Amino acid sequence: MVETEAVDAQKPAKIKVRNLTISYSEKPALRNTSFDVYENEIFGIIGPANSGKTSFLKALNRMDMFTESMKVEGEIQFNGREIREWRNVYALRRRIGVVFPLPVGLPMSIYDNVTIAPKLAGIRKKAQLDEIVERCLRRAALWDEVKDRLDSLGSLLSGGQQQRLTIARALSQDPELLLLDEFSIAVDPVTTMQIEEMLKELRKEISIVLVTNLVQQARRLANRTAFFLGGECVEINDTEEMFTGEVKDTRTREYVEGRFG
Amino acid sequence: MFEATDLNIRQKKIEWLVRVLFLVMAIFLIAPVLTILAVLIHRGGPMISMEFLFGDPLNGMTAGGIFPALAGTIWLVAVALLVSIPVGISCAIYLSEYAPENWLTRMINLAIINLAGVPSIVHALFGVGAFVYFFRFGTSILAASLTLAIMSLPVVIVATLESLQAVPQAFREACWNMGATRWQTIRLVVLPNSTSGILTGTILEISRTAGETAPIMFTGAAMFLPFLPQSVFDQTMALSLHLYTVSTQIPDVPEALPYGVALVLIGLIIGMNALSIGFRMYLRGKKKW
Repeated sequence: MVETEAVDAQKPAKIKVRNLTISYSEKPALRNTSFDVYENEIFGIIGPANSGKTSFLKALNRMDMFTESMKVEGEIQFNGREIREWRNVYALRRRIGVVFPLPVGLPMSIYDNVTIAPKLAGIRKKAQLDEIVERCLRRAALWDEVKDRLDSLGSLLSGGQQQRLTIARALSQDPELLLLDEFSIAVDPVTTMQIEEMLKELRKEISIVLVTNLVQQARRLANRTAFFLGGECVEINDTEEMFTGEVKDTRTREYVEGRFG
Repeated sequence: MFEATDLNIRQKKIEWLVRVLFLVMAIFLIAPVLTILAVLIHRGGPMISMEFLFGDPLNGMTAGGIFPALAGTIWLVAVALLVSIPVGISCAIYLSEYAPENWLTRMINLAIINLAGVPSIVHALFGVGAFVYFFRFGTSILAASLTLAIMSLPVVIVATLESLQAVPQAFREACWNMGATRWQTIRLVVLPNSTSGILTGTILEISRTAGETAPIMFTGAAMFLPFLPQSVFDQTMALSLHLYTVSTQIPDVPEALPYGVALVLIGLIIGMNALSIGFRMYLRGKKKW
């Protein structure tokens, strides 16, 4: 289904996906998909529920190791290396930050929530940890609300605050690749805008895969957008092209215009 | 429009009846507990004194105190816990956090269910065969405590499993996503949030172990010893066996004596349970999510 132009050999690829098929107990969730995610871009993935978006993110982070029924076939290369050949899967996951739709404030202090990942990476100096906490919480637009109570429980924050804490935690890993799965679902529109601005800044340093239900969010942020439908990658296109110009598949036009899905 | 129909009235009556029925059943549960306590306090209460608690049995156990038995029970329970807690908690962590769906896991689960169903006298015979003879511990605190430990393992495992499973899966996934290993996740997120349940389960298990008679009577508990145990290789007296002895094996025991022993035993157990309940209430007060 994928047009050959979508696989552009000129730009450096952060992730290369080739013939990827993901299935749960023999039931396919994503079929025979190939595309690249480049360095320093936001790659949007849109599509209705059950189209394989989240499964793709899980496969990227090797979370299939924790789901026995989940089977991943085909190739996923990260930095030019097949992810299943990384001997140290923990090192792989440390380079990939993930934010899932439901906020998870771990039942420990806000400070500890943000310092888990740096501590796992071996950072011990208090000053350095303090700096990471402030930088990540600022980027996640949460700093001003919690800077005076960093030792209170992260799990007792409001839903929107917990989601921003989750984002801060993903950033604290200093990831090369950030996977966002409907991050704005529990966040108010003003804060969402702040985070979107941060993501545009962050794009200069890392690659971001943005799975979103909000078609307009993909339009605001993504350089290129993929449209997944029923476990199939229908189309990959430059975002502006997809929304204003020529689409390669009429189903894409119908979806982005809100006529189905 | 809003008048009660016949159907409404009937439903209301049934609701009332069912409620009363359940309440009566629940009260049935309290009745035996209160009766036992009342009888024990009434008849055994006058026995309780410092000499009774801290004195040696005299005149062929028809008089004097129960200190060797009290100390022996504490010995037995302590050594049993030293074994059953590390083994039980490790086993529960494996089952909850590591075990894949395979034949080994099913075997372990089956073993736990079967272990819980084995009658205590059978545990006693196993203890005699395994610990007293095969491992040559002799009849000793060690053999008796190991028998008690094996008997109480299922309780520790099930209680620990339940508290581990109560920690939301999302917490684990958040940790794994950051590149934490399973053990790091257990240490950072799972154990700190299940300690209260594990401790509560453990304390409840102590009270169960303290009252057992059958598993210890052939493996390490003696009816009468004129001295306190010096090491785990000595035999010991125990409250539960002492109660059995003074109520059935010895003629001319004053009537109040067995009640006094029973009161001390049940006081020990209720005290432990109260501690456990208090602890649970304290930790529930600072629940973290």
